[in-house]
Amino acid sequence: MLAALGAGLLAAACSPDRLTEAEKAQVAALSLDALRPLPADPTNRVADDPDAAALGAALFFDTGMSPGGAVSCATCHKADRQFQDDLPRGEGIGTTDRRTMPVAGAAYSPFLFWDGRADSLWAQALQPLEDAREHGGTRTFYAHAIAARYRGDYERVFGPLPVLGGLPVSAGPLGDAAERAAWEAMSPQQRHAVNRVFANIGKALAAYERTLMPAQTRFDRFARALLEEREPDEADRFSDLEMEGLKLFLGSANCIDCHNGPRFTDEHFHNTAVPQAAGAAPDRGRAQAVPLVLADPFNCAGPYSDAPDRCDELRFMVRDGHELERAFKTPTLRGAASRAPYMHAGQIATLGDVIVHYAAARPGPDGHTELARIRLTERGKAALVAFLKTLDAE
Amino acid sequence: MSRNTKLIGVAVMLAVLAAAAFFAMRFFVTAPDGLDLSRSRATAAGLYRVTIAPELEPIERGPLLAFIVTVATPDGQPVSDATITIGGGMPQHGHGLPTRPQVAGHLGEGRYRIEGLRFNMPGWWVLEIGIDAGAGSDEAVFNLSL
Repeated sequence: MLAALGAGLLAAACSPDRLTEAEKAQVAALSLDALRPLPADPTNRVADDPDAAALGAALFFDTGMSPGGAVSCATCHKADRQFQDDLPRGEGIGTTDRRTMPVAGAAYSPFLFWDGRADSLWAQALQPLEDAREHGGTRTFYAHAIAARYRGDYERVFGPLPVLGGLPVSAGPLGDAAERAAWEAMSPQQRHAVNRVFANIGKALAAYERTLMPAQTRFDRFARALLEEREPDEADRFSDLEMEGLKLFLGSANCIDCHNGPRFTDEHFHNTAVPQAAGAAPDRGRAQAVPLVLADPFNCAGPYSDAPDRCDELRFMVRDGHELERAFKTPTLRGAASRAPYMHAGQIATLGDVIVHYAAARPGPDGHTELARIRLTERGKAALVAFLKTLDAE
Repeated sequence: MSRNTKLIGVAVMLAVLAAAAFFAMRFFVTAPDGLDLSRSRATAAGLYRVTIAPELEPIERGPLLAFIVTVATPDGQPVSDATITIGGGMPQHGHGLPTRPQVAGHLGEGRYRIEGLRFNMPGWWVLEIGIDAGAGSDEAVFNLSL
C-alpha cells in the first residue's frame, strides 16, 4: 500500500499527462479566462464610444487616409492576417525600419510600438499617418479629409470641426520642407485647432482598435477543462509533444519569465540580443524611445489628453540606464506561430530559429542580454513549437 | 508484518516521496531555498527599523502598485523626516526594477507611501529601501517571492 502510494506520487510528478499544482496555477494565469477587463483610457474621452469606434473603423480601412490614395492602416495591419503583414519590415509608401505589430489586445499595453515611444493607442495611431514611409500625409491634409468626407460622423462624436478653409492643403511639423514652412506660417490658434482634429482622428482609431481582442485558442479550451477538472473535448486534448512543450515553456526554457499573463507578455522591454537588421538604421529600442514619448505633444500629459493629471505610466517609467539599450517590447505569443518572421525588424525567419536563438543565448550587438543558455534537445525544441501552435486562433 | 518489513516499507516510501518531491520541485518558483521573506527588519548598520507592506494583498504581477514603508528608530519611535530611495530588481535575472517608484508623501507616524512599483515577472525580487534621516543614512533589503 505504501509502495502504491509512493508510486502514485512519483507518477503524478513525472507523467507527461499530468501537470503539477504549480503548473496548473501557471496555466490558469495564462488562460484567456484570466484576462482582466479592458482598462479604461481616461486620456481618450471617446475610447469606449461606439460612434467613435465606427468612425475609427471607417478611417482604419480608408486608403484616402494618405495623399496618394493608396495607404490605409489596413495596408500593413491586414484584418485577415492578425492585423499584420507577414513582412520583416512594414511597407507603406516606402519600407519602414520595424516589423508591423498585430493589434488584438494592444489596448492592454501601457506603451505602444516595439520601443514604447507612444503612451496610448491614439498617440500611436498618429505617428504612421505623418511618417513619410507609411501614409506620407500631414495633419492638415487629414483635417481636410475629415471635413470633406466624414464631417457628420466626426461632429457627432467630437463636436464642430474648426474652420479649415484657407488653410494649406498639406502642412505639418513632420512633413517636407514646404509642409513644415506652411505649418510655421499658420497661427498658433490654427495649429492648435488642426492638432485637436488630428488627435481626435487618433482617438477614433483607438476606439475601434479597443474592440479588437484576442480570440480563444485550443490552449484556452485545454486550460479551462484542466481547471474545471474534466477532460477537454477530443480536439482540445494536448498531445504528448504539446504537453512537453507546455512544461518547458513554464519551466526550464524560462519563456514564462517574460511571456506571462493572458496575453503572454509582461508589456515590458527586454534586451534579448536580437541582431541588428541588415540595411536598417542602428536601433536602440527603448533607450531611444524614452525622450520621444516624454516629448510627444500627444502624450498623456499633453494638451490633447483628456486626463493630463493621470499619467502614472509616464511618471514611473524608467528613463535611463544600460538595461534600456536595445530593449524591445515583449510581443504577445497568441497567434505568433503563424506570424513569421520574428523580432522587431523580422530578423529571425522561423519559430524554430527563434528557439535556437534563445537556447544559444549569444551576446547581442549592444546592451546587456537577459538571456541565459537553455539546454534543449531537438525534441524539446519541437515540443515548444508544438505548444506555441496551440495559441493560434482558428 | 514484522518490524524489519515495516522499517523497509517506511524507507521505501520516504525514498519515493523524496524522488517525487525532487521532480515536482523542478517546476516550482526558482527562488533559492530559505529566502528570508520577512517584511520588517533593521537597516544594515542598525540605525532604523523598516517595515514594508503592499497596499493590496496579494501582490499582483503586472499593475502599478503602492507600498507603505514604515521607518522607526531601533526603540520604536517613528521617523518622520526620512528621505527614502527605492532600488532593487531580480538578482537571478540581473536586472533592476522595471519602473522608478517614488515617495508620494509622509502619512504620519513614520509611514510613507511609495507609488509606482511594478513586478512584471515571477520569481525572486529584492527591494532596497534607503533611509536618510536624523540618525544618518542606512539601507534595508527585503526579499519578495512572486
